[in-house]
Amino acid sequence: MIFEARTALKLTLIATATLSMAACGSRPKPQLVTPTPPPVQQEAPAPTPPAPRPPVDQGPIAGSVQDFVIKAGDLVYFDVDQFDVRPDAIATLKAQAAWLNRYPNVQIRIEGSADERGTREYNLSLGSRRANSVSAFLVSQGVAPSRITTVSYGKEKPIDPGTDESAYQRNRNAHTALTGGAR
Amino acid sequence: MRLTRLILALCLALGGMALTTTARAEIEVDVNKGDVKPLPIAIPAFGGDRGAEIAQVISSNLERSGLFVPLDPKSFTEQNLEVAVQPQFPLWKAINAQALVNGQVTMDGGRLRVDFRLWDVFSQQQLLGLQFTSTPENWRRIAHKISDAVYERLTGEKGYFDTRVVFVAESGGRLNRTKTLAIMDQDGANPSYLTDGKAIIMSPRFSSNSQEITFMSLRPEGSSIYLFNLETARRESLGEFPGMVFAPRFSPDGRKVAFAVERSGNSDIYLMDLQSRKAQRLTSDPAIDTSPSFSPDGGRLVFNSDRGGQPQLYVMNSDGSGAARISFGSGRYTSPVWSPSGDFIAFTKQTGNSFHIGVMRPDGSDERLLTTSYLDDSPTWAPNGRVLMFSRETPGGPSRLWTVDVTGRILRPAPYPGSGSDPAWSPLLN
Repeated sequence: MIFEARTALKLTLIATATLSMAACGSRPKPQLVTPTPPPVQQEAPAPTPPAPRPPVDQGPIAGSVQDFVIKAGDLVYFDVDQFDVRPDAIATLKAQAAWLNRYPNVQIRIEGSADERGTREYNLSLGSRRANSVSAFLVSQGVAPSRITTVSYGKEKPIDPGTDESAYQRNRNAHTALTGGAR
Repeated sequence: MRLTRLILALCLALGGMALTTTARAEIEVDVNKGDVKPLPIAIPAFGGDRGAEIAQVISSNLERSGLFVPLDPKSFTEQNLEVAVQPQFPLWKAINAQALVNGQVTMDGGRLRVDFRLWDVFSQQQLLGLQFTSTPENWRRIAHKISDAVYERLTGEKGYFDTRVVFVAESGGRLNRTKTLAIMDQDGANPSYLTDGKAIIMSPRFSSNSQEITFMSLRPEGSSIYLFNLETARRESLGEFPGMVFAPRFSPDGRKVAFAVERSGNSDIYLMDLQSRKAQRLTSDPAIDTSPSFSPDGGRLVFNSDRGGQPQLYVMNSDGSGAARISFGSGRYTSPVWSPSGDFIAFTKQTGNSFHIGVMRPDGSDERLLTTSYLDDSPTWAPNGRVLMFSRETPGGPSRLWTVDVTGRILRPAPYPGSGSDPAWSPLLN
């Protein structure tokens, strides 16, 4: 359990680091979209250095899957055999809800998964519980239930092929997939 | 103990009195101490077309059971046995064969006829003399039926060789594995695929009539459970459900299917009458209830629930009443399967970092773990309730099918060369 918590913490840190890196990486490029809602802690658009070439559209289009992944994050993780939303997942899910509330036409499917250290049928049920925990959280944040479907992949669709605790941790997740309405 | 009965049956079948003292010493083994010494049996090539192949299939079947050691045909001194003539017993005794199977294949009006005899070498008695007839392409099934007859005569237990196994054939890497519904003979012959691999297939199960199976199909859009007729290849959905649906199993009479339905994250067990297509809810606990399995008389179901905090095994009446926990050991119990003979429930148990296939009595007593590995799951019973097939994974490796007998002593890979999981054994074919 202690190990678990530490892993979780580490993951949060990694996730934060990834987010900020992503933010840095995307900063200098020109944004095509104008109506940007109040950014979380975004600096004023830095004066783009005189570009020798016409600006290339490399940033994620607002309202796109990539935008969702970068701004909110599409994965949250769970403890062994647990399905309640972990404290470190709350920020991600709140960001998911905020993003979804901004793009009300987007439909989502929450895909619950379990690690391979469980049996096949039990893990299907466990994945359902995880998907539904995330669904309930998003609904509590104002996302209409009609926009959400859930599915469990049990242990059938791991995202990490490893066989150590860090791989198992990654495979105990709920993935929020945008199934319609995204740009 | 069943094993004691089996050994006794082996001795009796071979005419106890006539056995030499050395032979008896070999067969009578203390079940609590050592391994059961398998019975030396001679199976020379049968005469006629396909005769050698038929003998080979019988030999492999009996060898795989772990209860018999087929002797090397090179050691046989009597050649060209005839079914109508008594073998020269001293020649077989000399190589320590305790039983002898010989046979003759003949073509009879376009049909294949196989006559065979089973002999007790030491008592010089004929134990069986039977004849099977079928179309020539069915020669393997005749060999399986002979294997079943020999096994039953010598052990006192029904055979399980003229059977098939449905399972999930797996291919591809760990992150994009294809899981296809497949079927093969119990000895791995005649494998074929029944789905196209686009959906993930899980938990196939046979009906008691052995021509119909039920299984679950999983796609991102959700899951479905199906009936599939093996003769007609007709596939039929069991309907739309509010959430995920999984773990379908036939009742022993084949008229109902029990399964789990998930709604808002809560899995409960339902029972559908196949004629009316009406489903009755059997459990309504907020915990996970899944993996139902009927007792052979259809009166009760064992299932998996974590209503006590961790996954454990429970037994309830088939109307959903009287649910009571039966597993009390430390660890997590899942995937229960009631034996076709009714005497045991097999399960998967997780203790620490290990997984086991185990058995216990339906009241939860006499728990025994038969295997230990990184990951064992999905036990299924051979129709005689003596042997289990299951899936086993090594860390990072593919899933393979294995078998273990109910004593846990005879553990070996199943004769399927590819990667497979979720096996389900058919009843004996007709």
